[in-house]
Amino acid sequence: MNSANVQAKYPDRLSGQESLVKSVIKHGALYLMIVPGLLYFIIFKYLPMFGLVIAFEDYKPYKGIFGSEWVGFAHFERLFSEPMFLTILFNTLTLFFLNLVFCFPVPILLALMLNEVRQHRFKRVIQTLVYIPHFMSWVIIVSISFVLLSMDRGLINELLVAAGFDKVNFLMNPDWMRPTYILQIIWRESGWGTIIFLAAMASIDPEQYEAARLDGAGRFRQIWHITLPSIRSVIVVLLLLKIGDVLEVGFEHIFLLLNAMNREVGEVFDTYVYVAGLQQGQFSYSAAVGFFKSFVGLVLVMAANWLSKKFGEEGIY
Amino acid sequence: MIQDKSWGSRLFDGINIALLALVGLITVLPFIHVLAGSFTTTAELARKQLVLIPTEFSLDAYRYIFSTSTVIRSIGVSVYITVVGTVFSMLLTVLMAFGLSKKTLRGRQTIMFLVVFTMLFNGGLIPSFIVVKSLGLIDSYGALIIPSAMSAFNLIIMRNFFQNLPDGLEESAKIDGAGYWSILFRIVIPLSMPAIATISLFYAVNYWNTYFQAVMYINDAAKWPVQVILRQIVILAGALTADTTGWATEDVLPPAQSIKMAVIVVATVPILIVYPFLQKHFAKGALLGSIKG
Repeated sequence: MNSANVQAKYPDRLSGQESLVKSVIKHGALYLMIVPGLLYFIIFKYLPMFGLVIAFEDYKPYKGIFGSEWVGFAHFERLFSEPMFLTILFNTLTLFFLNLVFCFPVPILLALMLNEVRQHRFKRVIQTLVYIPHFMSWVIIVSISFVLLSMDRGLINELLVAAGFDKVNFLMNPDWMRPTYILQIIWRESGWGTIIFLAAMASIDPEQYEAARLDGAGRFRQIWHITLPSIRSVIVVLLLLKIGDVLEVGFEHIFLLLNAMNREVGEVFDTYVYVAGLQQGQFSYSAAVGFFKSFVGLVLVMAANWLSKKFGEEGIY
Repeated sequence: MIQDKSWGSRLFDGINIALLALVGLITVLPFIHVLAGSFTTTAELARKQLVLIPTEFSLDAYRYIFSTSTVIRSIGVSVYITVVGTVFSMLLTVLMAFGLSKKTLRGRQTIMFLVVFTMLFNGGLIPSFIVVKSLGLIDSYGALIIPSAMSAFNLIIMRNFFQNLPDGLEESAKIDGAGYWSILFRIVIPLSMPAIATISLFYAVNYWNTYFQAVMYINDAAKWPVQVILRQIVILAGALTADTTGWATEDVLPPAQSIKMAVIVVATVPILIVYPFLQKHFAKGALLGSIKG
């Protein structure tokens, strides 16, 4: 196969590109360098993906993946007929949308506010402060919340009592699980998004603002017509990332918040997988549940990606 | 630049700054309260609601949590996996990012796609658990390091950073006869210190915050990192005592609150120490460029 054929068949290739073997001989070091990383991704990311096949088997550890009996969609059927299924689905989607609606706009708002500040040192200080919780583990965030919200000498309850109200059982009362969850996310995650939006806003041409001012636009109109549109692409990318993220990382957070009292509102697919799989040993069934969840997540991201492209934005792939 | 001096604009500024100051305050107030509360006594916590600067300074809570080896050992575990893990992760990440940043690498686009795909879909808890188990990593420190060694996100940032370095440097090195290894270690890495420092700190903080992997893979309590111990003491115990009210005054033992606070502080302080360094190297321009790319 000569170069011309290669070029016609694979138009993206650099013209005159050598064969794989030649490339490896010539640039051997490069190929060697990527081997450890590749091994990592293959073993710890792709192998588990192929391991999802146990969702279609009656997996027994002693029989192994290849020795276990094939059961097709039996586990999925069981999942859909499980009484808890609708509750879990509802919880998962509710927390997901609450997250998007309440937590996503906060960094944008903060970035807009910080962007308007002319005093650099104040801006830096606030940025630094707001960014700190992002580096704390969920254990730390939830622990601090527990200490503050505790019925027994927790700060919030003490303040309520001092103001003449009754104590509220934030930790046990299922009605408070979702608000607590959302507030913790806002506290922890706002800083990260703020930094990124701020950086995007920093690259806006100041002349646009001057032109707007000369046309008589006040502060709010300047923000609405200049700042926001300029960061539209960044908003879309971060939104897409968040959609892909929420169904994944949200689990470690929720896992810490769950107790016997708030399971009804807090149980999501991943926590269910943990209980059924790692605690009860129902490997195949919980793998099927996990597969379903990951699949739903993938569909959501792909749908959002497609939608964003329809609106003329770049997707994340 | 023409400043907008209208009163409407000034009012906007005033309220803006006030609100931002409030936000900054609310963000750190819980930490300060916990920090202060960890250094105080029973009596003071019972008397005052919000303790910002303890008037009765006491190390009782810390004496208590360090009186057994549990907390200390978990800190040791966390330090170990953070140091070893970060070095290991950076090695894998820098090498792969460098390789992927070169156009001469065949299959580059395919590999990038495969990497990005892992951010959208994964096998889930159970298959991952089975893989780790089959590798014999259960109950070993390796289970806390190896499965979490690389982050696709960090890899992409590092690769983009390398791609943005001027080609000329490598060209002249090649003319002088340098191979890829020496280009990487003698030229590229020294030039990439801001990115390397930042990504290292991302990994380090991540390792320090390890908790769920330990819950899943480690049954030996002696090998638990500090976050797991923190969870035991504050969250799991917290669930049991959440509705007790009316404590009898203790003269000898500190109350549960300041002990919990002390453990939180111990789990948090290393991050707070490392944070200023992160801030310094956080080249926002370069990093954002990498994210966009």
